[in-house]
Amino acid sequence: MKDLSLYILDIAMNSVRAGAKNIAILLTEENNVLTLRIEDNGCGMTEEQVEKLSNPFFTTRKTRKVGLGVPFLRMLSEMTGGKVTVTSRPEADFENHGTEVVATFHTDHIDFIPLGDVVETVVTLIQGNPDSDYVFRHKTDKLDVNMDTREMRAILGEEIPLNAYEVLAFIREFLLGQYENEN
Amino acid sequence: MKTLAELAAIREQMKDKVAIRTGSGAVRVVVGMATCGITAGARPVLNAFVEEVTKAGLNDKVMVTQTGCIGICQYEPVVEIYEDGKEKVTYVKMTAEKAKEVVEKHLKGGEAVSQYLIGNTEL
Repeated sequence: MKDLSLYILDIAMNSVRAGAKNIAILLTEENNVLTLRIEDNGCGMTEEQVEKLSNPFFTTRKTRKVGLGVPFLRMLSEMTGGKVTVTSRPEADFENHGTEVVATFHTDHIDFIPLGDVVETVVTLIQGNPDSDYVFRHKTDKLDVNMDTREMRAILGEEIPLNAYEVLAFIREFLLGQYENEN
Repeated sequence: MKTLAELAAIREQMKDKVAIRTGSGAVRVVVGMATCGITAGARPVLNAFVEEVTKAGLNDKVMVTQTGCIGICQYEPVVEIYEDGKEKVTYVKMTAEKAKEVVEKHLKGGEAVSQYLIGNTEL
């Protein structure tokens, strides 16, 4: 994958498939360290599953025998001197199940790849899974981009889905506008 | 800069349209968006379909959706088209440009673009 935004899409897709109703993608950049945090309230994983997560030959799916998402992210992070931690609470915990993936990257390392089009990643997630809610935040010393689809839904009402073309176009402009404004 | 208040205007414009759209989906365009698809470039393919279907005025008839790994990772980005009463059509090794052509010729014109179909594409 050629930029970090594609890794983010890939990891957030795991949240979608875990049945998460709330997914947060949080990026913070401080002192040449980029921290990516993806939180969801999906079905979570057992301790055993979390342990196996970085093994590319472990997957719960049936269509193929490899699971490369987390191993890819870990490789990319570790190549820059960062690390990935995954914490998860399985569904046995009714109130509080879900997963957090936290990855750090040293942005001044030669192996750091560009962030890429993270706005397109957010739009793509919403397009495919409009019934979930998303929080997106990107904070650096120059910008603070924020989005919460629950605020949008409150205005749009029940009938208009988040993935209606007009709404997706709005979300794209809404985010790009914040990036332009604060650059 | 866009503000959330503009969504209220979108809601007003769309009130009548949504009722029509929810009854739609006679044609489904399904883009594989697992690790294999994303790595091979599925994100711009998906977004091209969303964009072009809207531009072609086909939103009432065509639904663009995402799926996981279809199982033929070496052919990604893979796009399947399901149409009532017809056999499933599978496009492989797609790009945003090819997606545009498929919307124009297949979804609008009714004729599959044969050179991008799975049977006609070499690895």
